[in-house]
Amino acid sequence: MSSSKQASRELVKPASAEEAAGALQAAAAEGHSVRVIGAATKRGWGHVVPKADVELSTAGLDAIVEHNVGDLTAVLQAGVPLALAQETFGAAGQMLSVDPPLGAGAAATIGGTVATADSGPLRHRFHALRDLVIGVTVALPDGSVARAGGKVIKNVAGYDLAKLMTGAFGTLGVICQVSVRLHPRPADMATVHAPGSDPGVLAAAAAALAYRPLEPLALDIDYQRGNGAVLARFGGVTAVAQAGGAVAILREAGLPDAAIVEDDESLWQRQRKGQRAADGGAVIRVAGTPRRLGAVLQAAEALGARAVARGGIGTAWIKLPAAGSAEHIAAIEELRVRVAPSPATVLDAPDAVREALDPWGALAPATVALMRRVKERFDPAATCNRGLFVDGI
Amino acid sequence: MQAAMTDLIAELRAACGERHVLTEHDDLRTYESDGLLQYVAMPRVVVLPGSADAVARAVRACHRAGVPWVARGAGSGLSGGALPVEDGVVIALTRMRRILEVDLVDGRVVCEPGVTNLAISQAVGPSHFYPPDPSSQVVCSIGGNVAENSGGAHCFKYGFTTNYVIALEVVLPDGELVTLGGEELDLPGYDLLGAFVGSEGTLGVATKITVRVVPTPESVRTLVAFFDSTGRAGEAVSAIVSAGMVPGAIEMMDQLSIGASEQMAHAGWPLDAGAALLVELDGSEAECDAQLADLRRICDEAGAHDVREAGDDAERAIFWKMRKAAFPAMGRVSPHYYVQDSVIPRTRLTEVLERIDELAREYGLRVGNVFHAGDGNLHPLVCYDGNAPGEAERAEELAGEIVLACVELGGSITGEHGIGVDKKRYMPAMFGEDDLAAFQKLRCAFDPDGLANPGKVMPTPRLCGEVPGPYREHPLEKAGLAERM
Repeated sequence: MSSSKQASRELVKPASAEEAAGALQAAAAEGHSVRVIGAATKRGWGHVVPKADVELSTAGLDAIVEHNVGDLTAVLQAGVPLALAQETFGAAGQMLSVDPPLGAGAAATIGGTVATADSGPLRHRFHALRDLVIGVTVALPDGSVARAGGKVIKNVAGYDLAKLMTGAFGTLGVICQVSVRLHPRPADMATVHAPGSDPGVLAAAAAALAYRPLEPLALDIDYQRGNGAVLARFGGVTAVAQAGGAVAILREAGLPDAAIVEDDESLWQRQRKGQRAADGGAVIRVAGTPRRLGAVLQAAEALGARAVARGGIGTAWIKLPAAGSAEHIAAIEELRVRVAPSPATVLDAPDAVREALDPWGALAPATVALMRRVKERFDPAATCNRGLFVDGI
Repeated sequence: MQAAMTDLIAELRAACGERHVLTEHDDLRTYESDGLLQYVAMPRVVVLPGSADAVARAVRACHRAGVPWVARGAGSGLSGGALPVEDGVVIALTRMRRILEVDLVDGRVVCEPGVTNLAISQAVGPSHFYPPDPSSQVVCSIGGNVAENSGGAHCFKYGFTTNYVIALEVVLPDGELVTLGGEELDLPGYDLLGAFVGSEGTLGVATKITVRVVPTPESVRTLVAFFDSTGRAGEAVSAIVSAGMVPGAIEMMDQLSIGASEQMAHAGWPLDAGAALLVELDGSEAECDAQLADLRRICDEAGAHDVREAGDDAERAIFWKMRKAAFPAMGRVSPHYYVQDSVIPRTRLTEVLERIDELAREYGLRVGNVFHAGDGNLHPLVCYDGNAPGEAERAEELAGEIVLACVELGGSITGEHGIGVDKKRYMPAMFGEDDLAAFQKLRCAFDPDGLANPGKVMPTPRLCGEVPGPYREHPLEKAGLAERM
């Protein structure tokens, strides 16, 4: 993981959304840029940008405001570490159904996770984080604090700004608080591990499983240089029985060694870990479709990279082996050609790599123009995370 | 003005074809309301374009002429979202009803906006289905579902329209065609797709829609339990949720609605029951079987005096007919009724029902209660006699009191019907000035001229104004020769 080149000049740590909005407004008035930071575990994502004038930390917004056990909802301030929130929910037999890698010291905050729309294996069953965030409080550069959504899981009142803020990388304002929908933790879990060496067979087997009405919690592929596996995790009081059904399907799909693993957490830890690179490494997220996954795995093979993929979704994380910047740049360019038209977003990579190529890749001009119009309305002076996002937004 | 309108109509005819531009009063009357008949407005023109290109040309023509327009699907909406602007243009998408692509490997369907909700499930069945299932699914269009972010009975487990739409081709209010989202998930950039779904036709009009479909569950088990009171049934719901179950649907009906529905669906449900709880488990056979036993036990413990399981698909269909007939059936026990849609945190169910009872007594009107109990989405049916002087107004006032009570309990003014014109007056109860101003920023980014479905959603009309002078980097700064201090 890389970090920005130099420290910012001023650090602010607001204790409320109003304070955050005040800091943004003051910076906007001066034409200053503000870098928003949670636990800084994904600080190296996006464009490499000049040092910001102000660094705004959400560390002071660290309250679990509500955990409504009976309603399966919670209200969290942005700086709450996701792991801590999960611990709280877990004590009541519940979970927030998002499980991205949590970065160094498992420090990732809910705010940073929402801002980057990060995800993990549970995305298969529970959709993306955008689908679990039911309300948002955001500090805007005009000094206002805006709320959208609410804290009920069904609600169509007003515009869905929570979705707009999710994945916006803090470029429209500072997410100060979110309301989220929770799910019951499955009573039991079990995983089918089905090893195989052919990328095409692995992708097709995962698709065959996704086609059937089995409702796995997660459906992943792990692949590196001829060694791979389909992993399907089931939950509920009959998790093992459900996994048994999947074993038969995966065997039929050409993975004869499919077997049930009951003590399965380490398998999934490994999948999550595959989504991040250590210092100097590089990870590229390819947004594809289940149909195109075989080709994405083959592209990883050609580059000697490891691939972690969501079999029923089509998204894959390609981790390049350690190498110099020039090799990384060449590999990423080759990957983009091989997986086209699937967008390939560079996540972790050394600054030199992200400076040499656009980490976001090219987006359709008409769509980018509309994104710029949104940016101009919310953040006309480009105060928030200036230059970090797609097309240099 | 008149001449400008004549020019616009000529342009619309060129865009959509002579036959598909309606200007005669008798033809226009069909479009003067949507499913909420209280509101009526007469458009000057209705166009029925047959392609995205025709929609784009029509919208561009309106943009040039500065004439507001309203997109309309099947017209079954219940918040007046498709109410025309007086003397404006209505763009009806009913001719665009082709399913363009079905891909069950990727689990996607691409279709035009006029396709009905049910037609999507029919196109991918029996192996797959499209989960959001509004009660009007036989007639309502997917384009309208996108505009309203429609829900249905199965959203407690499966989610809403917004969770299933992955790509939209949209004509923006200036007539430009853009794609939001894509056939891939997890795309970089702002989630404009998420902002568009549920925006009630105020950000543009969708001309092509890609949705995800999912495998049909292996097993479905439907049961109904009868309780003395809605309070008791509510306790059962809490116990079900606390036990970690996520049923496909949890629906509740009170005595008044059971009685009304029984006249239409003839399910043989006890008319003296205070509440019926309809619970549907779906998923793997093993999991359903295991949960069914727990579910029966929970209902018994909560005081159910009778629990019936649907023995076959036919019986299951009758159970659901009881639930889905509740709105129309109310017409048999009351000359008129007003359908309300609001949400509470589910644990506040008993409180809100008591409050509704109190209000009903206070207003001297009957209120039937039907709701999606899993997600706390209430549909109180306020009964009245429109011929009795002042009663319609009292009913509307009572319905409003119920909405405000829900907001006080931490809920929402609408769970699935939308704001439209009907609920916009309640927006300030839920959102402050800064919140509304942020909504307006989004709206202005898409529609700076305010031509797409104006007068909807926001409580008071607003103009967009210029973008406040964007920060521009000075050339010297860019060259690294100067810095702002």
